[in-house]
Amino acid sequence: MLGGYSGCMTAPHPDPAASAGPVPALSIRGLAKRFGGKIAVDGISLDVPAGSFFGIVGPNGAGKTTTLSMATGLLRPDFGTAVVHGVDVWARPLEAKKLMGILPDGVRLFDRLTGEQLVTYAGLLRGMDKDVVAERVGELLSALDLGEDAGTLVVDYSAGMTKKIALASALIHAPRLLVLDEPFESVDPVSASNIRSILDRYVSSGGTVIVSSHVMDLVQRMCDHVAVVAAGRLLAAGTVDEVRDGMSLEDRFVQLVGGRSHTEGLEWLRTF
Amino acid sequence: MVAHLLRLKLTLLRNGLRRSPWQLVGMAIAGLYALGLVGTLVVALVLLRAADPGLAQTAVVLGGSAALLGWAIVPVAASAADMTLDPARFTTSAVPMSQLLAGLALGGLIGIPGVATALVALATVWTWARGPLPAVAALVGAAVGVLSCVVLSKVVTTATASLASSRRFKDVSAIAFMIPLVLMGPIVAGVGRGVSASAGFLPELAATLSWTPLGAAWSLGGDLAAGRPGPAAVKLLIALATLAALLWCWKLLLERALVNPPYAGSGSRKGGKLGLFGLLPATPAGAVTARALTYWLRDPRYSGSLVVVPLLPILLVFQGSQSGDFGTLAIAAPLSAFLLAWSISADVSYDNTAFALHVATGVRGMDDRLGRALACLAFALPVVLIFAVGQNFLTGSWQALPGQLGLSLGILFSGLGLSSVVSARYTVAVPLPGDSPFKKPPGNVGQTLAVQFAGMAILALLVLPEAALLIAELVTGNAVFGWANLVVGPVLGLALFGAGVRLGGRWLDARGPELLAQLTVNR
Repeated sequence: MLGGYSGCMTAPHPDPAASAGPVPALSIRGLAKRFGGKIAVDGISLDVPAGSFFGIVGPNGAGKTTTLSMATGLLRPDFGTAVVHGVDVWARPLEAKKLMGILPDGVRLFDRLTGEQLVTYAGLLRGMDKDVVAERVGELLSALDLGEDAGTLVVDYSAGMTKKIALASALIHAPRLLVLDEPFESVDPVSASNIRSILDRYVSSGGTVIVSSHVMDLVQRMCDHVAVVAAGRLLAAGTVDEVRDGMSLEDRFVQLVGGRSHTEGLEWLRTF
Repeated sequence: MVAHLLRLKLTLLRNGLRRSPWQLVGMAIAGLYALGLVGTLVVALVLLRAADPGLAQTAVVLGGSAALLGWAIVPVAASAADMTLDPARFTTSAVPMSQLLAGLALGGLIGIPGVATALVALATVWTWARGPLPAVAALVGAAVGVLSCVVLSKVVTTATASLASSRRFKDVSAIAFMIPLVLMGPIVAGVGRGVSASAGFLPELAATLSWTPLGAAWSLGGDLAAGRPGPAAVKLLIALATLAALLWCWKLLLERALVNPPYAGSGSRKGGKLGLFGLLPATPAGAVTARALTYWLRDPRYSGSLVVVPLLPILLVFQGSQSGDFGTLAIAAPLSAFLLAWSISADVSYDNTAFALHVATGVRGMDDRLGRALACLAFALPVVLIFAVGQNFLTGSWQALPGQLGLSLGILFSGLGLSSVVSARYTVAVPLPGDSPFKKPPGNVGQTLAVQFAGMAILALLVLPEAALLIAELVTGNAVFGWANLVVGPVLGLALFGAGVRLGGRWLDARGPELLAQLTVNR
């Protein structure tokens, strides 16, 4: 599906198959981004069906975060388009951003606010009603096990708590599409399963979730669709069963991406 | 192992400099500054050789005691403890304790403060080179004294490590440190006057200090030169006992710290208090105002400048009391208007990548700009009014008030408008969130300087009408110009404020993602 050589970017090309069927929750076409001499994303096209639980997996530096940033309006692409529920993210950004809840990876938070203030701030910035915000903040914080720390400054939170408060900020306006970059990093197992059940319920009531992750097991158990990205290109996409092709997702991933080193050498490690 | 640790320290220092040429420039500037200071002190100590032994003894003992105190206080107060050889990093390497102590102590001497202290201390040998015995005694005293300095500083930093790693302490100490820094001039002048007024008391103080751990080591040469071997022997014992006690304390503290790493957690607090978010209107612009005001109060990078504002008139009053003319106080209002208005020109840079929330939520640029400007205005306006009225109250004549107020309000409003435009387009190098306001920021120094100078030049152009009216008033003495200024300043200022917020908002709407990308580089 995708070509391109190192050193030059693949020209964007429309995918004729995209026009048929129901409107996808997210549809990206030929997204590409170059940082200086390095091509981070090299023409990725992808459809995320509405109502799906979509996983994006890839090795470190594959371009997952860059792709998701371009799809959500945080980073302007060099080429390509991103359309959310029929709304072009880069042509009508304000409308598109109303439909999306975003948990970016590797950005700071306004961490001198308390957890409660931060989520309230995210709601008010979106122009929501004060009472609705207040009600939802309380429910979100207790659902994410942050009720006891609602009045603590976010700067004093642990890494996992920080992830959870950022997730709450992404959920506050009840978006139709949730884009979560590494949502389970350093989150404890109990909170992780709480988050998973929140997301499962959200998907079963018609919402769409996109998560990026390194953890294949988690994606295989949690998601119904998956895309494999490496070196800025899409290697495979489809339902989890289609992509894994009878193998475990992890084995299939290693097969697709390659680069597994043979465990020879290091003989001395067994001599003590 | 000791040599190993010293080599490690040197390698770390060299690699730190290699990271960027600006590090080298900073080190060179600090080095030159230290060299000037050390040079002056060494020359003074050499000259003291010809002076009366009593005077020399007083100077050396007081200076030495001050150095020892400085080594204890400065690293903690400035949260600038030298952590290149943080003992916590050696926990897993199983270095024998005695060698670790020796290595860390000698490693503490490598670096500008250590070398400077050692050089000045060695110069006291020359001061007491009035015979072989005093010179040797001074050498021993200098060695013991310098080691005591380093070890004392290690004891203090190790003991306060868990305190110093708590966020609350860092915030408070950064702000508290700002006050003496701003008031440096008055403090130095006051201390100088106090010392010259009580000069007769100093030899007595030095004599007393020389019997205490602070001054004992520095008094050996002087006592022998004055022919008092008995007291010198006792003081040598005091100095050695001090060093031994400090080493023992450090060893105990380090042994404890290595297995009990500093704990920086804080208790959890239940919610229910929305603070300013509950008070201000629940609109996007109101929320931005509440957030920005919360930061002015809670983030030391912002509140540091809030602490400076009330000190400004103190500084000007002090200057007035020196010259007997309080005319300079008239600039307090326009100056604070300028400083506060310009301070939000780096607002987005202070946000750092947290600004992603504004981009992700799609808040309108206008709301973002307006919220930040109103937050600054919320306290800048009262400050400017109080300063202007207060100055005229002090001088007793109210003639100059309209003109002064017009100019100040003009600067404040125009400045806020300009800042709203500047911070929508350009990022500057500022300390990262959570860092001390004194920390050298990463990022593009060239662009920072360009933005600062160009911005100030444009602001000067924008307030040209008010300035011209003020000059006309001062030259002609005609009060009409003052009253005209009181009209022109706020009207023109508010027009520019509105235009700035609008233009900045439009730029932000168009280029929000690009601005975020610039911030990501400075992360």
